[in-house]
Amino acid sequence: MNNHLSFDFTVDKAAKTVYITREFAAELSLVWDAFTKAEILDQWVAPKPWTSKTKYMNFEVGGRRFYAMVSPEGQERWAIQEYTAITPKTNFKMYNAFADKDENPELPGSEWEYNFSEQNGITKVSITIFNESLDRLERMIEMGFKEGFTMSIGNLEKLLTTLSQK
Amino acid sequence: MEIRRDIFQAIADPTRRAIIALIALQAMTPNAIAEHFDTTRQAVSKHLRILSECELITQKQQGREIYYQLEVNKMKEIDKWLDQYRKIWETQFNQLDKVLSTIKKHK
Repeated sequence: MNNHLSFDFTVDKAAKTVYITREFAAELSLVWDAFTKAEILDQWVAPKPWTSKTKYMNFEVGGRRFYAMVSPEGQERWAIQEYTAITPKTNFKMYNAFADKDENPELPGSEWEYNFSEQNGITKVSITIFNESLDRLERMIEMGFKEGFTMSIGNLEKLLTTLSQK
Repeated sequence: MEIRRDIFQAIADPTRRAIIALIALQAMTPNAIAEHFDTTRQAVSKHLRILSECELITQKQQGREIYYQLEVNKMKEIDKWLDQYRKIWETQFNQLDKVLSTIKKHK
């Protein structure tokens, strides 16, 4: 439906760095909120039919988001994102690591940088992931594909209905 | 303690990338590989061990000599994995598109 919106994904394997760029048909402030507010993040970051559950999120430098990806059977995969730099509506950086349910991180994690810019009502988000390891990718992929990973029409309708009732 | 080798780690080192490039052309003995580098044999052996542990290269015995060869399928596997990772992002962003348009409608 958004064929005109660009999506780039490149990996510099030698530098262990992943570059992702995506455009969204929405104004910058809304897209910024979608990446920095737990209640919106939880609606889209989990690969369906997994769901995202944020235990707490303090979006400030030195603050954290502690959250879990939850499988349909209730299995939880916890992770910590710690914010290391924030320039509102422009840029933020975080350190990302898997964790146990008691918030003990599994190091090393990876460093993430997000950049936001808007042109003619289209917001571009550039994500750079430094020091990514194949191990971590493997875990994400396992999680994403274990359950089939395709988002069914039913799931989508459920989300839209829930949002409309707000 | 079991140390799991990471393929990104394997190819993050310039010497190891050079070794991969060398044996991609033809299988080579450790000595023949070491001749291409200024470092010690031990250093080259260590790189070969790491590459073996990552299953990027394998040994084969030919007469008295051991040859190292590149596992091309393992290299392809990396790209296959990355493509799956890319698809996860694509799906996430499609989900975000829906969320954004729903929020916009309700403003």
